[in-house]
Amino acid sequence: MSEPAPSPGDRLAFSSEALERVAALRARYPNAQAACLPVLHLAQDEFGYISDAAIDLVASTLGLSQAHVWGVATFYTMYHRHPTGKHTLMVCTNVSCMLRGAYDVLGALEKTLGCKAGETSSDGEFTIIEEECLAACADAPCVIAGEKYFLNLTPETAVRMLDEIKAMPPDHVPLSLKKKGGA
Amino acid sequence: MPVTLENMPKIVFRFKGVEGANRIDEAMRRGAYSQLGKGMAMAPAAIVDEVKKSNLRGRGGAGFPTGLKWTFVPKDAKQVYLVVNADESEPGTCKDREILFWDPHLLIEGMILASYTLGCTHAYVYIRGEMIREAAVLQRAVDEAYAKGFLGKELPSGRGPYKVDITVHRGAGAYICGEETSLLNSLEGRRGWPRLKPPFPAVKGVFGQPTIVNNVETIANIPAIIEHGGQWFADLGTPRSGGTRILCMSGHLNKPGVYELPMGIPLREVIDKICGGVPGGKRVKAVIPGGSSMPPLDESELDIPMEFDALMSDERIKPVQVKPGVNFDMGGGKILRTMAGSGGVIVMDEDTDIVAVVARIMKFYAHESCGQCTPCREGTGWLARITARLARGEGRPGDVDLCASIAHGIAGNTICPLGEAAAWPMLGFLTKFRADFEKRIKPGLAPERKPDSGRRTPEGYGTGGLIQIGRGAHQHHGGGH
Repeated sequence: MSEPAPSPGDRLAFSSEALERVAALRARYPNAQAACLPVLHLAQDEFGYISDAAIDLVASTLGLSQAHVWGVATFYTMYHRHPTGKHTLMVCTNVSCMLRGAYDVLGALEKTLGCKAGETSSDGEFTIIEEECLAACADAPCVIAGEKYFLNLTPETAVRMLDEIKAMPPDHVPLSLKKKGGA
Repeated sequence: MPVTLENMPKIVFRFKGVEGANRIDEAMRRGAYSQLGKGMAMAPAAIVDEVKKSNLRGRGGAGFPTGLKWTFVPKDAKQVYLVVNADESEPGTCKDREILFWDPHLLIEGMILASYTLGCTHAYVYIRGEMIREAAVLQRAVDEAYAKGFLGKELPSGRGPYKVDITVHRGAGAYICGEETSLLNSLEGRRGWPRLKPPFPAVKGVFGQPTIVNNVETIANIPAIIEHGGQWFADLGTPRSGGTRILCMSGHLNKPGVYELPMGIPLREVIDKICGGVPGGKRVKAVIPGGSSMPPLDESELDIPMEFDALMSDERIKPVQVKPGVNFDMGGGKILRTMAGSGGVIVMDEDTDIVAVVARIMKFYAHESCGQCTPCREGTGWLARITARLARGEGRPGDVDLCASIAHGIAGNTICPLGEAAAWPMLGFLTKFRADFEKRIKPGLAPERKPDSGRRTPEGYGTGGLIQIGRGAHQHHGGGH
C-alpha cells in the first residue's frame, strides 16, 4: 500500500445530500453489496478520489467489509486511488485510434502538459490516462473529458482542445455543490 | 430475399443524427413506445415465437439466437432478471454508443417488451463506465419514461397489470465486464471475475436468479419485430440471420463510420462503396472483421458476406493454424476461420505495421485479463512482452513459434473467452502474416529459454514486467492504470 493506514483524524463522512443519494441507490437493488459500484462513483465525486478513508466510509455505509470494497475499488480502473487533476483526459490509443495517429496525439498532450500518461500536470488541471478503446472508433483518434468527446483529433487540435476542457466543470463535484448550481 | 442497400429499412439507427429525438416527446411523435400496447396484449409465448421466427441473433459477439436464449429460463422461475449489456468495449466496436445516445427510448421500449415476455419486473442496463455522456442521456430517458408512466407503473397486459422498473448501472473501467458472467458479478457489486458455466445465467444469473443478458442492439430490434412480425424481420436478412447489421467501419478508410447495412453485404462493397475506399488509393493489407479478438482477413478474403455463418464457415477464408500445416482445433475437429463478432471492422492499408498492431492488441488483452486463470493472466502478459520486442525489431530466434505455442496454450483453458480473444488474433495474424513477424527477429540474440532448462530469463516468466500490465496484479499497485 502506498498510503499510510488511516488514523481516526482521516475519517470521512457523506454529506446529507450524498446520504440521500446512497439511500436511493440502495433501493434499486435487492441487497446492499450491489450498490458498491455506484456508491464508489458517488464517493469519488464527493471526495475527488478513492482514498483508504473513502473505502472505509463506503464499507461502513453499506455494511460491507473494507476488504471487499478495497478489492472492488482496485479492480476497476476508473476509481482513482490517488488525487487526480481537475480534468481527466482519457486518450484512446487502441488499434483504430493508433492507425490514425493516436500516439502522436498522446505525445503532443504529454509534451504540452509536461507529464506522462498516468501523471498529472504540475498545475493540477489535467491527468492524462492512456485508455483502451472508447467506442468512438469511426471518429478516431478520440479523447473523452467529462461528458464530452473530442473526435478526429490531430496533435494540433488535441492541444487546442485543452482550453475548452479547462473551462468545463471539474470531473468530480460533490452533490452539495451541484445543487447550488456550481456544476 | 435479403434486402438491398436501396430498399433496406432503418431499424436501430432510425433516429441516428436526428437532433432531439432522444427526448421522449419528440421520440413519441416519431413512433417510440407505439408497440407497447400491441406487444403487451400478446401472450409471452407468442412473442417468443415471433422472436424465434425472426432469426434475430445476439449482436454482442456470439450471434446466439435470441428467441432460443429466452426459452432457457426455467418455467417455474419466480424472479427473472433482464440485464442489457451496454459495456461496449471490444476494440473497433462503436455501435451501441450510437443507439444509447440517439435513441435511448428504443432500448427502453425493447426492454419493457422483453421484460414482459420473460416475466422480469426489474431490468438493469449495465453501461460502460467510460460512457459518461451516454449514461447521462440514458438516465434522463429512463427518468422521462418513469414520468410518462411507461416504467414504475402498472400497464395493462396479457399477464394482467404489469409493472417494469429499469435501473442504469454504471461500470467503472474493466473490459472483462462485457463478458456476461463477469458483468453479473460486477452488477452484484463484486470484482468483475467471470463465473464458471454451467450454471448458465438463464438458470442462475444475477442475485442467484434466472437472468437473460442481451446486447443493446439485440434489444433495440424487439419493437420492430413486434410491429412487423418475425417473418418480416427474418426476410430482411439471410436464411439464418434476420434483420439488418450494424458495421462499425474504422481504420484506414476515406469515410469511416457506423452504418446500418443489409445482413450479408460483402465486405469489399462496404469498404469501396460505403466507406469510399482506402486513403491514397492504397491496397488493403488486413481487415479485422468483428472486433480485435477476431482473426483477420487478408486482401483475398474481402468478398465474404458480412454475416454470422459465412464468416465462420465460408471456405474462401483460410483456416487459422497453430503452426504451418496444422489447423487450430476448436474442439471436435471444428476449424476456426473467423467470426462476425461485434461488428467492429478495422481496415489496415498495405503500409500497416502488422506486428505493431498485434503488439497493441496483446497489450490490451494483457491489461484487461482479470487475473483469475493462470493461462490467461500469465499468457497474455507473455505475449504482450514478446510482441512488443518483435515490434521493436528485437525479436529472438524462436519467438514466432513461441507466440503460437503460448496462444495455443491459452485457448480453451480459461473460464471465460478473454483467453481466446487474445489467442485467436495472435494465431490468425501469424497464419496470414507470418513473414512480417519473422522479419523482426534479430539474428544473434539468444532464444528465450525453455521452462524446463532450469534457468529463468529476466523477462521469460515469473513476475518480471507483468505486474505493470495485468489487472490481476494491478491491485497490488493501487493507482497504476
